[in-house]
Amino acid sequence: MKLELRGITKRFGTLVANDHIDLVVEPGEIHALLGENGAGKSTLMNVLYGFYDPDEGQILVDDQPVTFTGPGDAMAAGIGMVHQHFMLVPVFTVAENVVLGYEPTTSGGLIDLPEARRRVKEISDRFGFDVDPDAMVEDLPVGAQQRVEIIKALSRDAKVLILDEPTAVLTPQETDELIAIMRQLKAAGTSIVFITHKLREVRAVADRITVIRRGKVVGSADPQSSETELASLMVGRSVSLGVDRAAAQPGEVALQVRDLTVLDEAGVRQVDGISFDVARGEIVAIAGVQGNGQTELTEVVLGLQPALAGSVTLDGKELLGRSVKEVLTAGVGFVPEDRTEDGIVADFSVAENLILDLYDTPAFASGISLDPAKVRANAEQRTVEFDVRTPSVDAHAGTLSGGNQQKVVLAREMSRPLRLLIASQPTRGLDVGSIEFVHKRIVTERDSGTPVIIVSTELDEVLDLADRIVVMYRGRIVGTVDASAATPDRDVLGLMMAGVPQEEAVKQAASHHTVLGEADIEAAEEESE
Amino acid sequence: MNAAPDVPAKDAQDERLEPRLQGALREMLTSNWLVTVAALLLALIVSGVLIAAADEDVHTTASYLFARPTDFLSAVWNSVWHAYVALFQGAIVDPTASTFAKAVRPLTETMTWSVPLILAGLGLAVGFRAGLFNIGAQGQIILGAVFGGYIGFAFGLPPVLHLLLAIIAAALGGAIWAGIAGFLKARTGANEVIVTIMLNNIAVYLVAYLLTTTAFKREGSNNPQSPPIDSTAIYPRLLGDDFRLHAGFLLAIVATVFVWWLMDRSTLGFQFRAVGANPSAARTAGININRIYLLVMITSGALAGLAGSAQVLGTEKVLTAGVAASFGFDAITVALLGRSKPLGTFLAGLLFGALRAGGFAMQSRTGTPIDIVLVVQSLVVLFIAAPPLVRAVFRLPSPGRRQQISPTPAPVTKEAAA
Amino acid sequence: MSAVTAAPAPARPAAKPLPPISYKAPIAYVVIAVLALIGFGLLPASGRRTGFTVSTSTDFFQIDRFDVPSKTTAIVLTLIALALGALTFWYARNRRKVGLWLPAVYAVVLVFALLVWAVAGKNQPLPLTSLLQGSLFLAVPLVFGSLAGMLCERSGIINIAIEGQLLAGAFLAAVVGTLTQSAYLGLIAAPIAGALVSALLVAFAVKYVVDQIIVGVVLNVLVVGITSYLFSTVLKVNASTLNTPPRLPTLPIPVLSEIPVLGPVLFRQTALVYLMYVVVIALQILVFRSKWGLRLRAVGEHPKAADTVGIKVNRTRIRNTLLGGAVAGLGGAFFTVANGLAFGKEMTGGKGYIALAAMILGRWSPKGALAAALLFGFADNLQVVLGIIGTPIPSQLMLMTPYVVTIFAVAGLVGKVRAPAAEGIAYVK
Repeated sequence: MKLELRGITKRFGTLVANDHIDLVVEPGEIHALLGENGAGKSTLMNVLYGFYDPDEGQILVDDQPVTFTGPGDAMAAGIGMVHQHFMLVPVFTVAENVVLGYEPTTSGGLIDLPEARRRVKEISDRFGFDVDPDAMVEDLPVGAQQRVEIIKALSRDAKVLILDEPTAVLTPQETDELIAIMRQLKAAGTSIVFITHKLREVRAVADRITVIRRGKVVGSADPQSSETELASLMVGRSVSLGVDRAAAQPGEVALQVRDLTVLDEAGVRQVDGISFDVARGEIVAIAGVQGNGQTELTEVVLGLQPALAGSVTLDGKELLGRSVKEVLTAGVGFVPEDRTEDGIVADFSVAENLILDLYDTPAFASGISLDPAKVRANAEQRTVEFDVRTPSVDAHAGTLSGGNQQKVVLAREMSRPLRLLIASQPTRGLDVGSIEFVHKRIVTERDSGTPVIIVSTELDEVLDLADRIVVMYRGRIVGTVDASAATPDRDVLGLMMAGVPQEEAVKQAASHHTVLGEADIEAAEEESE
Repeated sequence: MNAAPDVPAKDAQDERLEPRLQGALREMLTSNWLVTVAALLLALIVSGVLIAAADEDVHTTASYLFARPTDFLSAVWNSVWHAYVALFQGAIVDPTASTFAKAVRPLTETMTWSVPLILAGLGLAVGFRAGLFNIGAQGQIILGAVFGGYIGFAFGLPPVLHLLLAIIAAALGGAIWAGIAGFLKARTGANEVIVTIMLNNIAVYLVAYLLTTTAFKREGSNNPQSPPIDSTAIYPRLLGDDFRLHAGFLLAIVATVFVWWLMDRSTLGFQFRAVGANPSAARTAGININRIYLLVMITSGALAGLAGSAQVLGTEKVLTAGVAASFGFDAITVALLGRSKPLGTFLAGLLFGALRAGGFAMQSRTGTPIDIVLVVQSLVVLFIAAPPLVRAVFRLPSPGRRQQISPTPAPVTKEAAA
Repeated sequence: MSAVTAAPAPARPAAKPLPPISYKAPIAYVVIAVLALIGFGLLPASGRRTGFTVSTSTDFFQIDRFDVPSKTTAIVLTLIALALGALTFWYARNRRKVGLWLPAVYAVVLVFALLVWAVAGKNQPLPLTSLLQGSLFLAVPLVFGSLAGMLCERSGIINIAIEGQLLAGAFLAAVVGTLTQSAYLGLIAAPIAGALVSALLVAFAVKYVVDQIIVGVVLNVLVVGITSYLFSTVLKVNASTLNTPPRLPTLPIPVLSEIPVLGPVLFRQTALVYLMYVVVIALQILVFRSKWGLRLRAVGEHPKAADTVGIKVNRTRIRNTLLGGAVAGLGGAFFTVANGLAFGKEMTGGKGYIALAAMILGRWSPKGALAAALLFGFADNLQVVLGIIGTPIPSQLMLMTPYVVTIFAVAGLVGKVRAPAAEGIAYVK
């Protein structure tokens, strides 16, 4: 099936998310849509999927114009979508999720569950997925959930499959499996639109690449283009890939984590007896696929969750069992994983957000009374220092872009003298400019002697920032890799993220490179040339 | 460079759902006074339809509507106009009165009625801004009245001290009752809406039960009522014995200023608001949200308890099962209309006090039942909460300034910017 | 290649740390049982007897009144409860889950102990059948109300306006029933009134995205205002022509109605009660097994996911909220035509809020709602029956019970409840 978009324009208020976008997807091709966060890729796909009405433009299927009043129409036309945030009902079974919206029914009008199971089985067998139709979706790991999404799309006879940032939650090896599935689908004649901001993946799988920036198509490229070319096309200026930083000068050990065990409410071991150290002036990255205990680890250190056993000491003082307030006062700076949920108060002004954990310090309060003048003066200074672009310090933080919100969080956390900085997913969803800024500030903090923990699921970020890499899998530490000694192997880290012990991972990686791993090697060769 | 081309962050992550009340309350907080006036007008118009519909003359003239439509229209106009004139005269000034004192009495009545509304409304407003939907003012008023009343009739104390102690006891009663909901919310996450609704009902039966016990029941009376409150524990009247207006009104003013300071200037209020706007961010910033939940409910309940004191020590002067009337429920609409801001709540309390005072005058003069006031009240709040509706009805322009700041139209947007 | 740094490798403790056992619930079970043992069993004077009657005159066969020694029976019953409490300790210690039967048996045993104590030494026996009959009767509006709440909340709309829907249903049923002199037409009119209230709820909650709790609370005030106003202006003066509804006849089902105990309780009822059976059973099946139910729940759990598979989220919500309103309106008919009573101001007296509580206690399922509503109906009726016999318990305290139970329930003392994930959140593209 051939799919064509002509002059698609979508506005939200004054913001033009898509500006006259043209795109042609030929039958049986893997077409990559490359653009950085906020470029308008997902908006475009939501238009294509019938989720948004375009303000202008046309969608053509096999050269016939079509209008979609909703996702139902798009599906009927053969367009399937695997969303970045899975569109699965957590408390439904796999089979229920797959048939939702086009349920087979018995003569009595009830859902024909055997038929629903059969549909799941059929597709999952065809692609070698191991998915139990009766499993609750909320009990499945993310990789399996993604497969359920693919089954859902394929069971509706999708001829064009849109994959929105599908690798964000996968290890390199899982990504490899996904790429294999994509190729299998392509061979069967299914077209694939692959949305991503990751250059390597694009080069590895795409037949054609369309790059969009700020809502406009800025060009197309073929997969042979170099990463630097793609990056400058995507960002609109030449960017230096990677972070400029001096080698770490680790001092004495500041943070000691010993035998830490954390249970969730259901009694499941989220962190399972882990131990590691962080020294002054080094960045330790906790790498791992989302949901392997990293979130719990940071939250326990901050005092948001109780630990079942173990100890966490900062400069010799125990942190466990203390309130969040006490931990913050002890000099821990915390950049939460979910910025809008935990980092800022959207309805508070920028100025108020900048004192969210400092409101009762003598700098801003006298006794129990706040001093508005001091709050304001602080905000004026911090917004300049951290390059926060806001109409005024009184603007609601919710109106700022993600990058500027993250700068507000950083500015706040770095306005106290720190003995430890914990930053979770510090650049998730940010544009390249903000990523560079955030990385620079984190490295500066390290260079001033602060021990830093970065939690990231993005291997690129881990490789860019870390002095040492701790890989977590199912609540345990699989291994610790020294990033300064040599260039760490992406495939080794990826295998470790999938739970393969370090030595075994090194062996396996040496015998078999993933597509992305190979791309790394090529990139390294290019650089050395 | 400027911030304009940046995608608003709400777009960047799509499914973060806001704390429950935020969207609606923000809508209320930002809609302008014009909408408020228009909403009131619209509520009066709709209620006017109801008044006309139940009017005898309107019925009679409607039977020959096509023969003489003017009769019908004038009957409609008369019924509504007379009702609202009576309402106004009963609430503000009565120009037909014989003496000046009688002419301004309605205004003082309005102020008297508004005291419990303002106090309880302020209590709920504190809760709303801290994200706690306290529906339990009714129960908190009752408990305030029970505590304050008991001190008022059971202890003989010197004048000023007696009143002061009774007021403090009333605040304590309300605080304890609301504190139960706050405690359960903090300890077990129990939904405060459900718990406070249940506590309202429990309070009703509790006071009914207490009034059967020897400690509370008036001796020699068959009615379930307490002994009269000692004169030493009664709020002094502000304008002499001819007017019911009592010192509780001054308390309401003081409470309004206090709530303003608390919410806008104190570090505690900062925490209240932070917890209300985004509890997880507040928690991450080191605010003990469970402690805040408890403190919010205690503050909220104490203010509602003061409203109970205004009833038992101000106007009723005796504890009965019906001491709280429906002030607790009316206070919800007061706080909502006042957009949970202190001054707004104060003014909304005055307005609803006026509706109540005027409602009684209207009922006795034109026979229009006071129940219509409930209709006006609820409609005002509904309309206030839906500015687009009011704007559409009156063809008001939608506020452009807000749109420029936030291009996203709705509180929960699904745009996932790529 | 990568260098391996010496990760601190501690000797793994032999036994993994286990989560601490919570003894809160077992302690509660035992403490309550001990208090009951002291209050109902040990403290009261001995030598008194408690009488029970079971049969009604039209049953197949008659069971005579029987008397039991009060003190001994109460002690035995409370000791059983105490044993069950001890059993929960054992369960907790062995990290095993307590089955549903335990709290159920525990509650029944304690309730009987309470009854034995309350009626001890009275000449009048406790009529068990009529106690149950009345419980079912008083549960009717609660069942309809909580089913209404369930339908709305399963679709993601919080319905606090159940009270208003009941009241509107009661009002219209009375007026239509009187005008047409047909109780059945009144019964048909009631759901229309309830659906109208729901229409306002969705208009504001869906179209104007007003907070659903606010709309619900305010709608209750509005309905009270309108019905009271119309009552004062129109119904009161024309009571005979507008507010004297006929009563729904009792339709005993042949044979079934003559079974002892069960017959009179379940099958000597009005059409409204039979309708209730049908609605509960139908919803229990449809909500969990039908296409409609799957979509309903999907919209309430993850509306965007439903939208992406072509389900119209807001349309689904609107329809089901209207349906819910209609169900609640039907429950409103209980207050007027089901009893042949005239409409009165605020005559639903907070039953809508209890229905909301029953829905939560019943964990958003039809059968749960039924069970919880019956529990509340029982507490309500017990107070009436004991009031007639004359007992040591003040009626006000009895009347409080449903509310106290609900608070315990939402505080998680009766197990965790999980509301539909997207309830109360407007869906806006």
